[in-house]
Amino acid sequence: MASANLLSVSLALGLVSLAGCAHSTSSQPGAPVPAENRSTTAPSPDPRVGLRAGKMDAGEAIWNLRALSKTPPSEQFVDVTNSDLAFTSHYAIQGNYNGYQVWDIANPRQPALETSYVCPASQSDVSVYKNLLFVSGENLAARLDCGAEGVEDTVSSARLRGIRIYDISELAHPKNVGNVQTCRGSHTHTVLVDPKDRENVYVYISGSAPVRSSSELPGCISAASDPNSALFRIEVIKVPLAHPDQAAIVSSPRIFNDLVAPPKHGETPQDIAASKKAAAEARAAGGYTAVIHDQEIVLPPQFVDPMLDSVVQARQGTGAPTAADSAALRQALPGIISAMIKAHEAEVPPTAGPTQCHDITVYPAIGLAGGACAGYGLLLDIRDPAHPVRLGAVSDSNFSYWHSATFNNDGTKILFSDEWGGGGQPKCRKTDKHEWGADAIFTLQNRQMQFQSYYKMPAPQTQQENCVAHNGSLIPIPGRDVMVQAWYQGGLSVFDWTDPKHPQEIAFFDRGPVDSTRMASGGYWSTYWYNGVIVGSEISRGLDIFELVPSGLISQNEIDAAKSVHLDYLNTQGQPKLVWPATFSLARAYLDQLERSKGLSADQISSARETLAQGEKASDVERSKALSELATRLDGDANQAGDATKVRKLAEAVRQLSAAPHLAQRQ
Amino acid sequence: MTISHWRHSPALITALALAACTSTHRGAVQTAPQPAAHHETSPPATAKARADSLRHPYTAADVDFMSHMIGHHAQALVMAGWAPSHGANPSVQILAERIINAQQDEIATMQQWLRDRGKPVPEARPTGTKMMMNGVEHEMLMPGMLTEEQMKQLDQARGPEFDRRFLTFMIQHHRGAVAMVQSLFGTNAAAQDETVFKFANDASVDQSTEIARMERMLAALPASSGSP
Repeated sequence: MASANLLSVSLALGLVSLAGCAHSTSSQPGAPVPAENRSTTAPSPDPRVGLRAGKMDAGEAIWNLRALSKTPPSEQFVDVTNSDLAFTSHYAIQGNYNGYQVWDIANPRQPALETSYVCPASQSDVSVYKNLLFVSGENLAARLDCGAEGVEDTVSSARLRGIRIYDISELAHPKNVGNVQTCRGSHTHTVLVDPKDRENVYVYISGSAPVRSSSELPGCISAASDPNSALFRIEVIKVPLAHPDQAAIVSSPRIFNDLVAPPKHGETPQDIAASKKAAAEARAAGGYTAVIHDQEIVLPPQFVDPMLDSVVQARQGTGAPTAADSAALRQALPGIISAMIKAHEAEVPPTAGPTQCHDITVYPAIGLAGGACAGYGLLLDIRDPAHPVRLGAVSDSNFSYWHSATFNNDGTKILFSDEWGGGGQPKCRKTDKHEWGADAIFTLQNRQMQFQSYYKMPAPQTQQENCVAHNGSLIPIPGRDVMVQAWYQGGLSVFDWTDPKHPQEIAFFDRGPVDSTRMASGGYWSTYWYNGVIVGSEISRGLDIFELVPSGLISQNEIDAAKSVHLDYLNTQGQPKLVWPATFSLARAYLDQLERSKGLSADQISSARETLAQGEKASDVERSKALSELATRLDGDANQAGDATKVRKLAEAVRQLSAAPHLAQRQ
Repeated sequence: MTISHWRHSPALITALALAACTSTHRGAVQTAPQPAAHHETSPPATAKARADSLRHPYTAADVDFMSHMIGHHAQALVMAGWAPSHGANPSVQILAERIINAQQDEIATMQQWLRDRGKPVPEARPTGTKMMMNGVEHEMLMPGMLTEEQMKQLDQARGPEFDRRFLTFMIQHHRGAVAMVQSLFGTNAAAQDETVFKFANDASVDQSTEIARMERMLAALPASSGSP
């Protein structure tokens, strides 16, 4: 289809806004997406294909989102890479290779630059905790004195590679209270707030650049063969909150030791189904199967026949194997296979494993961390912050470079992303495979990771757009696992991974390429949900803020419930446990979900909605009584319901609402 | 085992590269001397290139790195391109497909970086790099690049033997690229340019990860009588 045609179709659908307007607001009546939108299908053809190029005036496609503001970088940060985001109070702190900017986002329709701080370093990954701000430096040009002239000497006392620590009690006057230098610098870092330790926070440093000279930082050894090599480890910095100037490395855990898992292709649902079918058919026909690495495979006759012969020989018989011989072999097979696998694994020489992690996401509430570490995704026990322990590792032949991790709120799933090509390459073209440069979703059971599926932003992008999986966060929609994720110039994609085998996109925003003639770096570094809005750090275009718009895939009640979750601060890689206050929106969100899934009868749903509506208008006493009765009724309904678990969650939400009527603000 | 032979042997790689040099001048892998204070003056370049190099001017070492890595990558494309026709096993074929995809894109990045700065843009040819030394032109193989003889050995192999040679040679080839990055970062005033630092670091990290993967694949290949 000609792009002119495509454009007119998209315009008719109200999906494309051509003007890339600064500070545009569009929440007034008559906004592009009508409030009654109940559609559950993505627009077709995909309006993200064929968007006009332009730096600040690119074509745009938006679905189930509303842009609240688009704010260009302030003067000293124009044409310099914007990187990651951290949030505190009503401020967004945006890292930049030139330092950082602090945006007041109290009014998301009009972010105001609160302050900016010029101190060049890449990647200027930022985190915040109370009055402290942490900023990463990795490159060779970053200086301790924040000068912009670079550092020419290969050995220099002027160089900063590690983290800078600031006291930002006064945002406009950050005080550099400490720097911790590390051998490989800090590509990213993760602040770990240990629930048992109120005196300190810990910072995990992931550095991927080459080891610097020991003449520059004593003790830095680059030789892989040296037992004290700065490779094959992460660094843990302990920061005493009362004395951040005393922050120092307290351990360098070698979390990769003895990591020998082979690269294994994560099976697609189709592959698994096909293999199950083949195994079942083989078994029905009297064939032999074995479970190898959790998958049942059919054993070929060349493998089985010699074994059957040896069973015959073992009973000193001759001729064809009998039914009893087959049965004996069938019984012994699991043990034989398991011994063979062990013997094979013992033959494979241990390799040194990854030399570093790219990023680590800690989830202190459940004592776990997800480490995205070169060729592996790791699960770590972080209950002793200075001594993380590896619990498991996954590897995948479709993954190039394990980049970051996100747990679902229940801690029953973990999603890893693959930043294939480092973020500078166009990995979302029609010719790039769906499972390359994507997310891989795993379930977590008994602390074991089990592959489920891949997710990749589905709209093909051009050769001029760097595009690959990048940073994202959960959106606190109760009862569902929903995430918003940055895909560089592939835009942002909101998707539901409640069903880990079938992740589904439910909203998106995308712009055309920065430049139509060449690859020019741009797009979203990170898009995170923070207190009701989605904030995106656009590498070259600035700071964008969005809100969700209801559709058949996401209801207004679910959005309201998501907005009811308030955080005082957020470092996305220090994942907080999301807790929903008791609100009518929460109960109604569950009801909307039950209606969608048919997990409760239509009559029971409409009756519950009616009670909620009446309760909301009633006096405190009447409300409490009505809601309490509804909760009891729902408990009973749960037993026959299609989705008993969710009905019980609903009953619990209604019960909390009845017990705390003063909390039941009308949302 | 071949792997342990290769591991921790940057000296061996350098030796290989030197042996491949058609000239007798030692140390020729490092090209023109790069005095710390010498910054090239910006040629008429696009505004974007200026923005990229705004703070820290690039040096001759940066230009050499970007130029020389193109031929290095081009050889990987030829090697990987043989996988389907030479009976590689499926996992080696997938690896080869990924290498082609990754290195083709990276060649485009390097060519654009050079073009933006008005520098000569080498074509993606799997040959050595032409260098002038003492007024004489020499063709140099960058670290880790396969010699003509090694390329012939790989081209002649089929099936499992191709897999073994491909992995062995590609590990050598990748190690050379990582060594080139280390050498760049060890040069005064080099890689201050943001694009060069990021590109070189990403290439080093990706290829180191791929080396570890190839080592494991090599170890998992079925045993054979002929050792590479």
